[in-house]
Amino acid sequence: MSARPPLLVAMLAGLLLVAAAASLLAGELWIRPSEVGAALFGHGETLAGMVVRELRLPRLVLAVLVGGILGLSGAVLQGLTRNPLAEPGLLGVSAGASLGAVLAIYYGLSSVLPIATPLAGLTGALLVTGVALLLARGGGTVTLILAGAAVTSIAGAGISLALNLAPNPYAAYEIMTWLLGSLADRSWDQVALAAPFILGGGALLLPTARALDALALGEAQARSLGIDLGRTRLLALFGTALGVGAATAVTGAVGFVGLVAPHVVRPLVSHRPAATLMPATLAGGLLVVLADLVTRLVHVGPELKLGVVTALVGAPFFLWLVLHLRRTAP
Amino acid sequence: MSDLMLAAVTVRRGGRTVLADASVTFAAGRLTAVIGPNGAGKSTLLAVAAGLLSPDAGSVTLGGEPLATVNARALARRRAFLPQNPAIAWPISVERVVALGLTAHLPAFGDLPRRYGGAIDLALARHDLTSLRHRAATELSGGELARVMLARATVGDPELLLADEPTAGLDPRHALDAAAQLRARADAGCTVVVALHDLSLALRIADDVVALKGGRVMEAGAAANVDDALIAELYDVDARVTRDCAGVVVRFA
Repeated sequence: MSARPPLLVAMLAGLLLVAAAASLLAGELWIRPSEVGAALFGHGETLAGMVVRELRLPRLVLAVLVGGILGLSGAVLQGLTRNPLAEPGLLGVSAGASLGAVLAIYYGLSSVLPIATPLAGLTGALLVTGVALLLARGGGTVTLILAGAAVTSIAGAGISLALNLAPNPYAAYEIMTWLLGSLADRSWDQVALAAPFILGGGALLLPTARALDALALGEAQARSLGIDLGRTRLLALFGTALGVGAATAVTGAVGFVGLVAPHVVRPLVSHRPAATLMPATLAGGLLVVLADLVTRLVHVGPELKLGVVTALVGAPFFLWLVLHLRRTAP
Repeated sequence: MSDLMLAAVTVRRGGRTVLADASVTFAAGRLTAVIGPNGAGKSTLLAVAAGLLSPDAGSVTLGGEPLATVNARALARRRAFLPQNPAIAWPISVERVVALGLTAHLPAFGDLPRRYGGAIDLALARHDLTSLRHRAATELSGGELARVMLARATVGDPELLLADEPTAGLDPRHALDAAAQLRARADAGCTVVVALHDLSLALRIADDVVALKGGRVMEAGAAANVDDALIAELYDVDARVTRDCAGVVVRFA
């Protein structure tokens, strides 16, 4: 049942490459592999080349980055809280990013400057998570989860208020569309905005690996094994705030990836929290690339939104998880 | 050798004094049982002794070195701590759980060096776990898990071992086995401190006894000196300590 982690990582990386190649080839306009090759290596000012370089490649890069950071932070937070239902939205990161972006749309900033939406989203994510961290300061994991739930509710109320008071139906529609989460029409600008934060967040999250393993024994034993719990918590929370905040800011809310990705790979690494991190990152990237491919290939009137597809796959999985836990819990 | 000394240690929690002016020496190579009624401060004493809880007053030294100045990782290599009712969060294999006891011995990057494989095998064998080594720790019975945790605590061959109720939930045979393991650690030179509710077992295996009541050290001395009067005063019930060739039995009226 359990593959060696390096083998699993290689297999997932291989699958991700295949999905990435499919994502460059497939869509409204099907592009031949030779044209993709030509576009990637810089020659050929054809329509296909433009589509690949300016539309599909930034979209693919964002899908990998966003899915990767969601999977990674989900794995870290589940290990930190020792709770299989933990996910990146737990700390209010997603709600904060959504509120920031919604405010930018509400006040019309987004129509003046397109990059204003993700910028406001990032600011919202950092502010709301900051408040959650302040509330949870000095407390344990339960306090943190409660503080996250509280700020998520407050941010949710703010979003509802913005929808309620939307100056015109078009603004309400734009807010709703943004909340559904999408990678459509994302450009290199958004990649340039989000990538440093996502990579920085990932760099903070990865060093928690060893502490997560020890935390399987509970906080008292982890501390007795020389683990600095305060440092681990800070790395996990700041990493998530930066990485997932930036991801949500550019794509909107993409639910369930952070919850599902760690669970998909966990049985394959013998349930070791530290060994889950890299595979969960790759699985998250793979899930988002595939979901984005589905939004482009399935035609049901208007384009399906990414967040809708991940929720359609994720919610049944969540249900299965709850039933499975009920069966296996002591 | 590493004696563990607590000098005038006081711990307050929410305005209540849970440990008052406790001065105890735990000698190297000896097994000390910490006994006392529920809420006497046994777990607090152990947590302070492990360096996991800093006292509000007083000092703790290991081999003459103040515990507060020892780096957490360096301390983890010398001291093992087993809290009450340990639980495991994920279905990790028994072998992996035991290996977690070597966390502080891991290099900065990469896996556990091969030379520690022998220590893990030995810890598994000592605690009768060899046949369970690939089993998920979440599927074990309470007694089996208690043995896994004891193996986890002793795998790094610590010079100081603190265990809070390590025999809780064990059947008589495995409780005696666990006690024998603790005894063997002490005989090998380790400073062993165990909080125990089973007084007969405590008096049978311990060299020294520390009796706590209401956060105060009531008595500290050789286990052989524990008598009816001490037990009666400690637990507020009539008790009779009987020593014969089969061991020690504590009966309550």
